Amino acid sequence: MLNISPEEVVETLLMITQQNLDIRTVTLGLSLEHCADEDLETMSKKVYEAVVERAERLVPVCEAISREYGIPIVNKRIAITPMAHLASACRDADVTPLAEALDRAACEIGVDFAGGFSALVHKGTGDGDARLIASIPHALSATERVCASVNVASTRAGINMDAVLRMAEVIKETAERTADRDSFGCGKLVVFSNMVEDNPFMAGAMHGAGEPDVVVNVGISGPGVVRAVVSALPEDADLTAVAEAIKATAFKITRAGELIAREAARRLGVEMGIVDLSLAPTPAEGDSVAAIIEAIGVERCGGPGTTMALALLNDAVKKGGAMGTSSIGGLSGAFIPVSEDAGMVRAVEDGALTLEKLEAMTSVCSVGLDMIVIPGDTPVETLAAVIADACAIGVINNKTTATRLIPAAGKSVGDTVEYGGLFGAAPVMSVNGWAGTRLIRRGGRFPAPLGSLRN
Amino acid sequence: MRTPAILSVLGEDRVGLVATISRVLADAGANIEDIRQTIIGGMFSMTMLVTVDEDATPFDELQARLIAAGEEIGVQVTFQREDVFRFMHRI
Repeated sequence: MLNISPEEVVETLLMITQQNLDIRTVTLGLSLEHCADEDLETMSKKVYEAVVERAERLVPVCEAISREYGIPIVNKRIAITPMAHLASACRDADVTPLAEALDRAACEIGVDFAGGFSALVHKGTGDGDARLIASIPHALSATERVCASVNVASTRAGINMDAVLRMAEVIKETAERTADRDSFGCGKLVVFSNMVEDNPFMAGAMHGAGEPDVVVNVGISGPGVVRAVVSALPEDADLTAVAEAIKATAFKITRAGELIAREAARRLGVEMGIVDLSLAPTPAEGDSVAAIIEAIGVERCGGPGTTMALALLNDAVKKGGAMGTSSIGGLSGAFIPVSEDAGMVRAVEDGALTLEKLEAMTSVCSVGLDMIVIPGDTPVETLAAVIADACAIGVINNKTTATRLIPAAGKSVGDTVEYGGLFGAAPVMSVNGWAGTRLIRRGGRFPAPLGSLRN
Repeated sequence: MRTPAILSVLGEDRVGLVATISRVLADAGANIEDIRQTIIGGMFSMTMLVTVDEDATPFDELQARLIAAGEEIGVQVTFQREDVFRFMHRI
């Protein structure tokens, strides 16, 4: 007997065909600890072989699942052991060959991105970490699909302010090295506080030490579906009704993610890890977190009320998602990348959305200062201070924050840059010029907050 | 392997629609368990619960045949594994 109504079937089909419901990513987490070797060339070869051997079935399996279930899987990705662990085994100053090996493997198996050219330095920077961080600008300019991320702060450790400044320098250098592509290298580089070990989303995906050897993690999407549901509510529906509608929709989206995660894990013969409940926008019209905020009732995203509306959205998504899967993980909070969200871009162009408002929004969602293009001549201390502010929000509030800033070389406020595809396009945003240099040049460590003492 | 699937047809109602789709299913050894027709938002909608005998015809091959048949008669056919709907619409 057909226990699904035709209306429910059509609702699902409309979600997919008209509201951009998709699975944003199936990300295979891979431990590469066993590839460590004193010789960089040998290690790079091991990395390439290990990735190709373990992940070669990922793309065909995802494509088959996508066809059979009728749900697009937009990206197939891999996330690996933080590469700094491997870098510590050798003595080479430039470990870019490891990134190049990973890039070649990613091309060979057909995945869209490979995350994990990463280091965790929230409490201190080891020798391998330092060499990996120094290699980031070269690695990101020499590869297409490799993503880098560095954790500089945690609630348990505080903020490594020396690492914050170092990362600001690395971002600037990456921008210069990829100047011919409007500094796109910085779009593949994230600076975190409270980085998570099972994030399937780029550019911050890596495979943490607490993970099994191989694991499937899935990132859902669906801002377009949520926007359509909120837009369909009566104009005078109260906020409880808005939250309820978002919650019910988030449940359905999450279930799609749960099903795909289970099926991908089964067919690949590996463990299922997590479903990440983050709403991830795309540049497609309407598939926008800004559009949801505006559908809730703020005239233009960034206007007063935006932080509240985003908090309501984020909370309702989690409540609905929590019923949909028992394996919540990753970042699980709405994404507000500017260039990747046509509504955010419009809000910036209209003067409604500023860097400061995005910082406020960071406090109620997962990844705040994301895909923001700023003038290429932004001083390194200012860049570091913006990162430090985002870290402070994360450290004090015991949550993940991330910054993905692009100081586009040669660009200034008024210019627009185009990255294409999921990365979209964005106007160059202005940065408050009053950071000074003294705060950042103090360096040292912002001590772990009192709130971290929980034992 | 017997796989339950949902076949849905969206478009304009026309003579021979059910016959065309049913023939493709019968040729593939797939059984129609249930069938419903309704008008949703002014559009004709037919929903079938089908059991696919994957030993006789692989799922993706039947899916391709059904989509091709739909294109011939000018309707949109989607053919998906049934559990996606169960997962999304039932607790």
